[in-house]
Amino acid sequence: MKHDQCAIKVENLFAGYGNVPIIENVNFDVFKGEIFVIIGGSGCGKSTLLKHMIGLLPPISGKIMIMGEDLSSADHKDKNRILQNIGVAFQSGALFGSMSVMENVQLPLKEFTRLDKISIRDIAHVKLQLVGLEKSAHLMPGELSGGMKKRAALARAMALDPSIIFLDEPSAGLDPITSAELDDLVRNLASSLGITFVIVTHELASIEAISDRIIMLEKQAKGIVATGTPEQLKQATDNEYVYNFFNRTKAEITS
Amino acid sequence: MTPDTTTASAGMNISQNEGNCVLSISGRLDADAALFLFKKAPEKLSEQGLKDSLILDLSGLDYLDTAGAVFLERLERMAQDAGFSQIRLEGLSQEYARLMELVKKTKKSDIEQGQPKPLSFIENRGQSLSDFLSDTKEFITYIGEITWALGVSLRHPTSIRWADTFLIAERSGVDALGIVALISFIVGLVMAFQAAIPMRMFGAELYVANLIGIAMVRELGPLMTAIVLAGRSASAFAAEIGTMRINEEIDALTVMGLDPVRFLIVPRVIASTVVTPLLTIFSNLVGILGGALVITSMGYPVIAYYNQIASFVTWNDFAGGLVKCFVFGILIAATGCIRGYQTQSGPSAVGVSTTRAVVTGIILIAVFDGIFSIIYYYLGI
Repeated sequence: MKHDQCAIKVENLFAGYGNVPIIENVNFDVFKGEIFVIIGGSGCGKSTLLKHMIGLLPPISGKIMIMGEDLSSADHKDKNRILQNIGVAFQSGALFGSMSVMENVQLPLKEFTRLDKISIRDIAHVKLQLVGLEKSAHLMPGELSGGMKKRAALARAMALDPSIIFLDEPSAGLDPITSAELDDLVRNLASSLGITFVIVTHELASIEAISDRIIMLEKQAKGIVATGTPEQLKQATDNEYVYNFFNRTKAEITS
Repeated sequence: MTPDTTTASAGMNISQNEGNCVLSISGRLDADAALFLFKKAPEKLSEQGLKDSLILDLSGLDYLDTAGAVFLERLERMAQDAGFSQIRLEGLSQEYARLMELVKKTKKSDIEQGQPKPLSFIENRGQSLSDFLSDTKEFITYIGEITWALGVSLRHPTSIRWADTFLIAERSGVDALGIVALISFIVGLVMAFQAAIPMRMFGAELYVANLIGIAMVRELGPLMTAIVLAGRSASAFAAEIGTMRINEEIDALTVMGLDPVRFLIVPRVIASTVVTPLLTIFSNLVGILGGALVITSMGYPVIAYYNQIASFVTWNDFAGGLVKCFVFGILIAATGCIRGYQTQSGPSAVGVSTTRAVVTGIILIAVFDGIFSIIYYYLGI
């Protein structure tokens, strides 16, 4: 793959809290426009990896390039500029509790653009409509259901038209139907707006429904144990862990 | 031999059969029964002369839960310790055999291995000291960060979130008027009462005015206001920011490129710093008013009280008090915000943060009050 087709490039990354690496020597690329899914069992370091990729934790060593720019060694100012390229929807939504849904979506626009109030309102309307929350714009985060919170967080993450959106456990705590709706939404946004998605999840149904490419992390290996499309990983019988992960449901029913 | 029937629903009976000891347990072996039988078991086992082989006959068991199974496992070990060379379980139904197997399979050593080694007394002290030092270091770093952000914000006043600042000023200032008034009034009143008794012996009741004036303006006004605000605002700041930390809202701000210190802490520090001196002036007045009530009730005219204070308390005293509470205002807001910012995860984390905010706030207020006293003493204020 050519360099300019990479949205994110992770090189020799050692990641963890403090100086104890949870993930060692990880390398992978995320291509522009794809839905890239990071999977793995609990405690394998998925969320830690995500925190490094969005600049919340500094890498122990290694490099993270976002749209061709080095996030890991950027100073405060450059880092903020690089982060403008990305949007993050956190697991709990992380909506600001003191602001309505509308104000939440407007906040990045108010802070980072010089647009007038009416334009900001109109842009926020567009984003809320994309996630189907135009009727709930005036509600406070406390009044939203779990699925709505995640959609509102997605709308806020999209406010500044980022090239990459990170989703942390989008289906956690959602029923299968709401979760499937959210998956459809992500698929549509990826295909219609060309946004690159990086999704951390362990929901099997969701992985199969949306992912273009997957990396799988594993606790013992402290890194990636498999890379590929969902079909490739499903058929990967040589690695027991990967096989079990993808065939678990089936194995349980037959036993 | 008659079986020991228990108040709990299981019984234990020991007998001898073909050179074997047979301990039969029957009935419902649940937690209560296990506890009861556990007390009985040692004497039952020790009164047996034969220490060859022991058979645990469980065929009469109708019910066995985990407590019961753990009891049986311990009974086996107890029998081993009592000198039985061979122990067998017999008659356990298929249904309960699985549970028994599970209990036997659980290796205690594995569970114990996972536990961190308990620290000795000295190690504990060392750990506490090291935690305290790193906490202090972190605290000072945050103070530096806040000061820097405050400086930058004041140089670019448009970057300050004024709407939030005013809202916070209202909540921690205007809304606190009632409690500050109550405390200050009572302090002034009580102090005047207590001072009037010894002063009366010298016919110097009117000099109570001097005492109230100087004490309120220089010391108690700022201190009472600061303590009320530490309890009221510092805890609120810590809880607000702590909850935001837990909800990942702080992470969300950081990722958006919005500096949480500028976004959340600076408005609070500005609001608190502006509001504290104003509340202190209010507290001074109300405290003096409390004293006035006592003095007038003793038959002195209010104007005499006023003149006494006005001639004694100088503008230097007043300014000294204000400078002090200006610093208190910064301390209160900064500790509240820093403790909130340091919130860990877990259900009790916000509670811990608010407690720490109030405690650290009050300690810092006391320490800085002492420092100011020394400075003022040498400056001759």
